[in-house]
Amino acid sequence: MSFWTRHQVFEKNSIILVVGILLVIAIGGLVEITPLFYLKSTIEKVDGVRPYTPLELAGRNVYVREGCYLCHSQMVRPLRDEVERYGHFSLAAESMFDHPFQWGSKRTGPDLARVGAKYSDDWHVTHLTNPRAIVPQSVMPGYPFLSKTEIDPDAIAGDMRTLRTVGVPYSDEQIANAAADLKAQADPDNAGTDAFGKRYAKAVVRNFDGKSGTPTEMDALIAYLQMLGTLVDFKIYNEKANLR
Amino acid sequence: MSQPSISKSMTIGESGLAVVFAITAFLCVIASAKALDAPFAFHAALSAAASLAAVFFIVNRYFERPAALPPQEINGRPNYNMGPIKFSAFMAMFWGIAGFLVGLIIASQLAWPALNFDLPWISFGRLRPLHTSAVIFAFGGNVLIATSFYVVQKSCRARLAGDLAPWFVVLGYNFFILIAGTGYLLGVTQSKEYAEPEWYADLWLTIVWVAYLLVFLATIFKRKEPHIFVANWFYLAFIVTIAVLHLGNNPALPVSVFGSKSYIAWGGIQDAMFQWWYGHNAVGFFLTAGFLAIMYYFIPKRAERPIYSYRLSIIHFWALIFLYIWAGPHHLHYTALPDWTQTLGMTFSIMLWMPSWGGMINGLMTLSGAWDKLRTDPVLRMLVVSVAFYGMSTFEGPMMSIKVVNSLSHYTDWTIGHVHSGALGWVGFVSFGALYCLVPWAWNRKGLYSLKLVNWHFWIATLGIVLYISAMWVSGILQGLMWRAYTSLGFLEYSFIETVEAMHPFYIIRAAGGGLFLIGALIMAYNLWMTVRVGEQEVQMPVALQPAE
Repeated sequence: MSFWTRHQVFEKNSIILVVGILLVIAIGGLVEITPLFYLKSTIEKVDGVRPYTPLELAGRNVYVREGCYLCHSQMVRPLRDEVERYGHFSLAAESMFDHPFQWGSKRTGPDLARVGAKYSDDWHVTHLTNPRAIVPQSVMPGYPFLSKTEIDPDAIAGDMRTLRTVGVPYSDEQIANAAADLKAQADPDNAGTDAFGKRYAKAVVRNFDGKSGTPTEMDALIAYLQMLGTLVDFKIYNEKANLR
Repeated sequence: MSQPSISKSMTIGESGLAVVFAITAFLCVIASAKALDAPFAFHAALSAAASLAAVFFIVNRYFERPAALPPQEINGRPNYNMGPIKFSAFMAMFWGIAGFLVGLIIASQLAWPALNFDLPWISFGRLRPLHTSAVIFAFGGNVLIATSFYVVQKSCRARLAGDLAPWFVVLGYNFFILIAGTGYLLGVTQSKEYAEPEWYADLWLTIVWVAYLLVFLATIFKRKEPHIFVANWFYLAFIVTIAVLHLGNNPALPVSVFGSKSYIAWGGIQDAMFQWWYGHNAVGFFLTAGFLAIMYYFIPKRAERPIYSYRLSIIHFWALIFLYIWAGPHHLHYTALPDWTQTLGMTFSIMLWMPSWGGMINGLMTLSGAWDKLRTDPVLRMLVVSVAFYGMSTFEGPMMSIKVVNSLSHYTDWTIGHVHSGALGWVGFVSFGALYCLVPWAWNRKGLYSLKLVNWHFWIATLGIVLYISAMWVSGILQGLMWRAYTSLGFLEYSFIETVEAMHPFYIIRAAGGGLFLIGALIMAYNLWMTVRVGEQEVQMPVALQPAE
């Protein structure tokens, strides 16, 4: 029986055809994805990477909601020009608590993986409100409404609990103090800033949007942008140990 | 209640669905009342209204219909079910124009950012997913559902399975589009490209998609032909694989069942790999396998020639679906994804060139002996040019998946140009060609209202595509080169914003190209509308059924 005659078993039986399709399409995905969950070399061993603070997480949700990832990548490739333009190439470990990941696929605007601490808060407020006020050639939309929208501090604990279920290591203490921490990070005069600082290493406490009162989405987004790429200290990062 | 009948009663499907929708409406009202955020409340209210409408539609339809369900055959001819196909074809045209228009708007926003108007609902970041979903899933999806329901009936010589089920599929799918699209405008997104809809929309799509698979398979079960026609293999691969991809990429945990926000189960690198395994195979199975099915039915039919090689189509089919699924990692070259995965993705992407061109050859060579028809039939010309564009993009794709090429092209407009040579040239044109065939067939018309208008559509749209893709090639390669340019002293030559500024003229040309493509589609919509309105009825001759061997 020739190959072509044998193939008729698929052509005459829809269930066998469906099973055949399922088997054939399963192989590629299984081979490429499954090892990423158990190969130890997949994610580098690094100090410093921690889950987002409540305010940063709220800011990240704004980043996701507004579709920033459609024009800004968060993935510096190990190419000479990129490392010189943006900083050390991105590590897998730096986005291991990202649900979902924000590596992006297009740079209509520059990469943001290491934008943290590069510009002042004032710069960000002005730029987000009207990008062309600072960069006349920019094609970025303005986001003046962020300053006018307050964040509900009590809602963020639910987000953190959900993230803990999918694998982000938030402690009970962090979740219990979520609302207080959210307010503390945007208010240097807040009594809770010390306790907040102990719960989140390297977290910056500032009044990001320069206005008093309940933190706004502007505070949150800038808090998020200002921490991007700042958690790993590349002076002590052991590149050789993590060669893959 | 025109037919007096004693034995008329609701089918299990009718009563069951009516009850299910009544319960759904009730649950949605509760969800809307308890909603934690405004978009969720809006969507729940929309779902409640749609469920009530469904109950009304089912009950009303029951009272209107005769006691017996439509027969499977009339005078020895299969009694084909064209209703859902007509609806889907209409929605395809509607969403197509909407999607092209949003594309034109966001292209203009990149050229003139003031068009964002500082408003959240119409800023680029929210409109871009609306554009991609509208053209891929709303336009493309409706074309696929309409043609697949047509092709599976005709090639199996059997009436579409189910009575309400096909309507559930087409209406349910378009309701998913409505939820997804309004969600984007309101900021509801999980930020996974081409899989942005939130958890509740994903759940609904899963139900609709399973119904789609069942209707399709059940129609194949009823077939009068011993063989399953080639096009149906491709449709099946498309339906089955999209289901697998959808489930793999979207497992998410909602923060609350009364809120729209959810967090995806996968994180970081694994999420990236799942995303592009999904993302590239949305291209491979939605935009390729599904539309290849269209090629395998509509080109032979329109050219009145058999498929060039049956054996080539067997090789084409298995090689294509086996290789495509590996190609995802080429979206993640030089990222933190391990090198072994990147290399695998690149290798299989290059190999993919072969089955792609095998399929292209099979489609083009089908015209052997009928090439002269390209001069007289603009619909066939559209179909054939779509296959030529398919060949071009499936050469460009493997080339861009080579790591050194990708280091230049990635993150630039070159990718956008590549996508659009496939999307406008291949998917767009093959869909237009199929709709130009399908509308007269489904509405029982002798032919199109005007072939001259098809000709105009063809040339205007082709000019639009050429402007679009060449502008994006130039801007993409230019920007890639500017990013890596060094001065003689060893400094980076250009700041980022200088590379943005250099894109401006090309963004205007691109918008002009997109505008032409939209004008073409408007001409098409008018032509199809007039075909249905004033086209001459075709007289059906009874033909004896005989299986082909």
